[in-house]
Amino acid sequence: MPVYQVPALPSEDKRWRIVNGTMRRHGYSRNALIETLHTVQSSFGYLDKDSIRFVAKSLRVPLSQAYGVVTFYHYFSMKPPGRHTCTICTGTACYIKGADKVLAQTEKHLHIKVGETTPDGNISLTTARCVGACGRAPVALIDGDLIGQIQAGQVVAQLEGWAAHE
Amino acid sequence: MNSDELQQIAETVQHQHEQFDYEVNVCMGTGCLSQHSDKVKDALTKEAEASGKRCHVRRTGCMGLCAAGPLALVDPIGTRYGHLQESDAKAVIASLGEEPLESREIHLEKYFHGQQHVVLENSGHIDPEKIDEYIGRGGYAALLKALTEMDPAAVIDQIAKSGLRGRGGGGYPTGLKWGTVAKAVGTPKYVICNGDEGDPGAFMDRSVLESDPQRVIEGMAIAAYAVGASKGYMYVRAEYPLAVSRLTTSLREARRSGFLGNNICGTPFNFDIEIRLGAGAFVCGEETALIASIEGKRGTPRPRPPYPAVSGLWNCPTLINNVETFANVAPILRNGAEWFADMGTARSKGTKVFALTGKITNTGLVEIPMGMSLREIIFSIGGGVPDGHKFKAVQTGGPSGGCLPEEHLDLNISYDALIGAGSMMGSGGMIVMDDTSCMVNVARFFVEFCMTESCGKCIPCRAGTAQMYELLTKICNGEATHHDLELLIDLCDVVKNTSLCGLGQTAPNPVLSTLRYFRDEYIQHIDNHRCPAGVCACSTNDSKAAELVEVEA
Repeated sequence: MPVYQVPALPSEDKRWRIVNGTMRRHGYSRNALIETLHTVQSSFGYLDKDSIRFVAKSLRVPLSQAYGVVTFYHYFSMKPPGRHTCTICTGTACYIKGADKVLAQTEKHLHIKVGETTPDGNISLTTARCVGACGRAPVALIDGDLIGQIQAGQVVAQLEGWAAHE
Repeated sequence: MNSDELQQIAETVQHQHEQFDYEVNVCMGTGCLSQHSDKVKDALTKEAEASGKRCHVRRTGCMGLCAAGPLALVDPIGTRYGHLQESDAKAVIASLGEEPLESREIHLEKYFHGQQHVVLENSGHIDPEKIDEYIGRGGYAALLKALTEMDPAAVIDQIAKSGLRGRGGGGYPTGLKWGTVAKAVGTPKYVICNGDEGDPGAFMDRSVLESDPQRVIEGMAIAAYAVGASKGYMYVRAEYPLAVSRLTTSLREARRSGFLGNNICGTPFNFDIEIRLGAGAFVCGEETALIASIEGKRGTPRPRPPYPAVSGLWNCPTLINNVETFANVAPILRNGAEWFADMGTARSKGTKVFALTGKITNTGLVEIPMGMSLREIIFSIGGGVPDGHKFKAVQTGGPSGGCLPEEHLDLNISYDALIGAGSMMGSGGMIVMDDTSCMVNVARFFVEFCMTESCGKCIPCRAGTAQMYELLTKICNGEATHHDLELLIDLCDVVKNTSLCGLGQTAPNPVLSTLRYFRDEYIQHIDNHRCPAGVCACSTNDSKAAELVEVEA
């Protein structure tokens, strides 16, 4: 029986070794697809076509299936994130407490819609479906740090702070 | 590990407790961490060392009252502090043995004493990453008892007798499910813990996984022994990084102590657990979709039967239970099925953890015995609606549940009573709304959620939720007619009865329940083109609405 050859890493970038490590830990089995994509996203920030091709080939998963999985799950992104990310929770508890207003004001301030990045690549605006901190609603994740009981002005002030550091 | 060794660890922990006069437990759950409770803890530790008092500062899991974070609890005197700052550390440590620090003390007897903790018994009392502290509070005694004194059938019998029902929302009898998997032909068998808490507004599972992960691991191991499985998966949302990291540590600790791996507790029983991360798909909370996700595929459900108990993960018999269900297993075996069956109502036993949020004074996590009335939970434990507003509705069951109005507040919480009233237990989110919330808008919010989360496999859900959303938007904008309302009701009926999985079948519930109890609000939007709560787009332009009324007249 021919032994399956694992494809070579796409580049010298050390992050590929981390990705390869995840696949090796799961014995290059097909069901490790989502786990591996998680590793790619946490290492590179997003999933580009090359990385999806590499993972699909390494795990012997049809490219169509890998692409299907990437686009099915909200957590995976195929666009590079901005230098800063602002995530506003739009779960029920946050919504009842006015997260929609915070979101509208933030969109207005940045002149972008949810899921977009400012043209200068500085700030990405996203929403989350409940981060599980409903006791502190409404909440936002500013560069991954959770902030509770946010006011619209507070988020905008933070965004202005980021713009000032340019 | 045998019972003597377990006893020895428990005694060592007890001995450690005795070395201190006071133990200051600081909450390090996601809620309090967002308010920098880690810095408060560091400051307290520093002050405690400097003071020379016999006191110890400990990191613990969630204490429930997230609204007043960062929280601390002083054992054994039971003083609770809230809104702690780093600068309070000196005063808190100095007050040990003296009068408590009045400015930060929380006096909410009703909130704490109205509850009954089974699942949360260790939350806020132990360090979640230290297995010894869990053992010190009776942990792993149930697993040891099951492995050495009971055969699998006896374990299932105990769970069945206790009357435990699935805490994920469906309420399927746990003992019956375990029995089906145990009887199913085929190997290997799998045990899956469903920690894909996608229901927005609910955070019970996150809290349990962050505060007491060993309890869930023990529950899974007992389940695996009962059904004959040797491999388990813990499916957790990627949005819960703290829960994932504490679980990873806890799994390692459990392996090191011999509660996972081969020949557990010196018996021939082998079992290990692997963590699988979710990737942000609400539908993966549905068991067949969750299985597809673990297999590395798109999380789309498939028709049942065959149920996962017969043909699940890789077509093998699979047991899937919710985090809270597994968290109930160890106490049942430890205290006996009768003890558990004594709590709750005739058909809903035990306790239930609820995430109390929205327009309510004491937001946070509460665990109450089944059968308590909604009024008691909201107005006594929850402290009622703040800022002088009037209570309007309580939403249970998330996007699959319904809104209950004031006249149903005396309803006693149980699976059947909630379904009877047009809502459901769900996983335990309880969102309170006051007179500033528009019920049509809330219904639209949930339908929008279901629309974006629909996996797209079956047409009623994929197309139906989108059409429902369009109709509700029309109503919200004051552009709808009575014919649209009839169409919406018809559509709800179709989506409810013809969808493939639970997501679609329950998606119309928020619409149907608000129509049942708040029909006049829909009518006001349609007839008067105005939103009584002043939330919807139609009310921002009252003059335009008035014009329309004139034209119609």
